[in-house]
Amino acid sequence: MDKKILIPLFNDDVAPRFDLATDVLLVEIKSSSDYYERVIILPQASADDLCALATSANADAVICGGIGDEHYQYLTWKGITVFDDVIGPVKKVLEAHKNETLSAGMNFYNV
Amino acid sequence: MTSRYKPCYLVGVKNENTYLVSGLLNQQFLLPDLLNEVPVGIAVLDINGNIEVVNRTWQTITGAEPDSMIGLKCMLGLRCDYCFKGCPVMSNKADFDPISVDADIIDRSRIKIPIRLTVAPIFSKDNKLSGFVETIQDIRQVAELSSTASKAYSLGGLIGTSSQMVKVFSMIPSIAATDSSVLITGETGTGKDVLAEAVHNASDRAGSPFIKVNCGALPETLLESELFGHVKGAFTGAHENRPGRIKLAHNGSFFLTEIGDLPLSLQVKLLSFLDDKEIHPLGSSVGFKADVRVIVATHRNLKQMVIDKTFRADLLFRLNVIHLHLPPLRERGEDILLLKNHFLKECCTKFHKKIKGFTKKTAKIILAYHFPGNVRELRNIVEYAVNFCDREYIGIEHLPAYLTEQDILRPIMESAKILPEHAPQKEYSPSENWDHAEKRMIMDALVKSSGRKGEAAKMLGWSRSTFWRKINKHSING
Repeated sequence: MDKKILIPLFNDDVAPRFDLATDVLLVEIKSSSDYYERVIILPQASADDLCALATSANADAVICGGIGDEHYQYLTWKGITVFDDVIGPVKKVLEAHKNETLSAGMNFYNV
Repeated sequence: MTSRYKPCYLVGVKNENTYLVSGLLNQQFLLPDLLNEVPVGIAVLDINGNIEVVNRTWQTITGAEPDSMIGLKCMLGLRCDYCFKGCPVMSNKADFDPISVDADIIDRSRIKIPIRLTVAPIFSKDNKLSGFVETIQDIRQVAELSSTASKAYSLGGLIGTSSQMVKVFSMIPSIAATDSSVLITGETGTGKDVLAEAVHNASDRAGSPFIKVNCGALPETLLESELFGHVKGAFTGAHENRPGRIKLAHNGSFFLTEIGDLPLSLQVKLLSFLDDKEIHPLGSSVGFKADVRVIVATHRNLKQMVIDKTFRADLLFRLNVIHLHLPPLRERGEDILLLKNHFLKECCTKFHKKIKGFTKKTAKIILAYHFPGNVRELRNIVEYAVNFCDREYIGIEHLPAYLTEQDILRPIMESAKILPEHAPQKEYSPSENWDHAEKRMIMDALVKSSGRKGEAAKMLGWSRSTFWRKINKHSING
């Protein structure tokens, strides 16, 4: 089944703060295990806009660093799985997600 | 001539993040031990802005595990908005004057905390940049104080003029001056948590952590590790040392809410902690003397629980040194008006609305309600009404439906002319079913209106046709 993941970015890392990220990586994983990546640049950092983007893009999961409880609850309520408190380079994070070993609070610099 | 200052420097590495400070007071100290006693969050960064050492308060404020933070870029650990707004460390500036700014972080419980952040470079003896020191202070109290400074009849977020509340307010300063355990009782929504925080803030421990644990929120096994901590390898999944909430509250106050839900096995462990003030993390033989003030709260009847053998009597005796009881809102008389207006003002500011007040009828309905959820319920009702109100005054139609339904049960408030405003409310027995209650209300209204159906219908807030329908339903012959 196709899956969509939204990752707020800070350079090549998962952004430490969801509400302060202006770059977002939208990854589409096809059932054929093909990856389609798209980086979206937002005009300004806004947690509300990111939530709207996650819902309008029909994201299945959001992988981020720190996120406020209000936005976390909103995304969860919308049926989006949120892996928060994740620290590390996006490549490693995506790899872990692919292997189904990703969980909230993972620090890829300590692995 | 010898300098009167002796050199104080880091001389060696004991383990990954434990450094010796040599020369200070002619002794050798472990740097983390030294920093842990400072009630301000401190992180020492290397010249690349990577975390070298953090102290206990830093850990308390951010909620991050220190072991996993070592070596990380500061911004990944602290998650402060200032990191993105020109922090000189993150923009690799070597030479800058110490900075002090108000910023915010998102802690590991997903709470946005306002902090005061200071960042300063550290230079070696030969004036070479060696790293940075960063301090953080939780300024939630200050932020709250500035918005609540003008509140009269209040103490630490509690508001009231009723005699019971004035009594509680008058007790807080003297209770705060001691270190005795405090037991706070009261129904749900009466403000037990707020009172606990008020006691902490009024005490000498105000600058130190206030750590809250809800005993009912965690399963027994997790709760033990949460309270007392664990060491690496103590059980499956214990990948690192965890200090435990009691240790985090060292020098501050430790608040256990819903103490009535604490499992019996942990009651014994808490009892032992209260006796010798020493905690033993799971799997560790080394204890830690924690200087904490214990405040507990519950909505349960602990004495009854002792009789039922679900709560240890000896623990109750130790906790029940100072007992504060918060009265339910329905017993606080005029406080309902005060709180209603307070919450209205608060919600109007929060939602940017310009609402002047409540219509008379709405105010009466609110005053007549018995508030099983107490102050919290009143706040929710006002918040609901403010959300739905598009006029200058909040009317009945803006109140939650269950309130106006309740109002039907209390026709006496409609006949305010007949009864004084604060006459005791007529309660309907819970065992009475709705049909009986409705019939009795109709009969009461008919008696009060001397049999005039139009007036009786008005009294009950019904139209004449509804009234007719209902008296036919109950076969009341007028």
